[in-house]
Amino acid sequence: MFMRRLLTFIAGILFAIGLSIAGMTIPSKVINFLDVFGNWDPSLMFVMMGAIGVYSLLFHLVKPKMAKPFFADEFKLPTRIRIDVPLIIGAALFGAGWGLGGFCPGPALASVLLLDVRVFVFVGLMIVGMYLGILVQPWIPKPLYRNN
Amino acid sequence: MTEFEIVRPLLGGMLIGLSSAILMLAKGRIAGISGIFEGILRPKSGETLWRVLFIGGLLVGGFAMSLFFPERFELQTNRSLEMLGLAGLLVGFGVHIGCGCTSGHGVCGISRISARSLVAVPTFMAVGGLVVWFMNSSVGG
Repeated sequence: MFMRRLLTFIAGILFAIGLSIAGMTIPSKVINFLDVFGNWDPSLMFVMMGAIGVYSLLFHLVKPKMAKPFFADEFKLPTRIRIDVPLIIGAALFGAGWGLGGFCPGPALASVLLLDVRVFVFVGLMIVGMYLGILVQPWIPKPLYRNN
Repeated sequence: MTEFEIVRPLLGGMLIGLSSAILMLAKGRIAGISGIFEGILRPKSGETLWRVLFIGGLLVGGFAMSLFFPERFELQTNRSLEMLGLAGLLVGFGVHIGCGCTSGHGVCGISRISARSLVAVPTFMAVGGLVVWFMNSSVGG
């Protein structure tokens, strides 16, 4: 029990170490990465390559050999699989915020304990945005969601 | 301008991939930061502790790294506080409606060859690019 909790905590630490070595925690770097037609800095492309490389390998080679996760009863993969309107609108709004602030959720949370007002404002309103999403979602017309 | 790097982003990315894979192989869960974090805002029994532990690790790990490598946490941009607030609002709302962010869709989803993520990632990157282009041409980046 203690081991599995420790492992989850360590996974979080590893994630933060990865984000910061990668440069994802530097908003100006993120903004320049997205600035394809201006001061384009393609560095962060290699973050995707490294992360997808390692994850793909373990997901497609190791996971299929396992009946269940080491510390849980079952693998819980997303149940929604079809592309629908809310997915695209949500991704577009997230992209707009990412380009506007230079932060996505992981790096923003990894920066919280720096006690910087810019991070507090971003994360605080991100939480408000999440609650707004929770409130608004039931009002999204059902036909926009495609059943699987 | 920011410095073009290859080794550090690649190495950092590999650690992100490793951490995400640990979560999948040990807990059977997708390492989507927005989803894991949102679960803490809406606690369900048996579903909260692991999320708090993972996000706690993310916070502590980030803080520790900032002590040793403060240059990797250079937060200054030309964006005002108001813009950062609006950015947070859009990110929080968007990841809820769109079911994920850079980690869940970008790392796990693409690796799993999920059709939804293969649509979400180009969408948020393209819109992000457009917003940066608009900001830089109107504010002067």
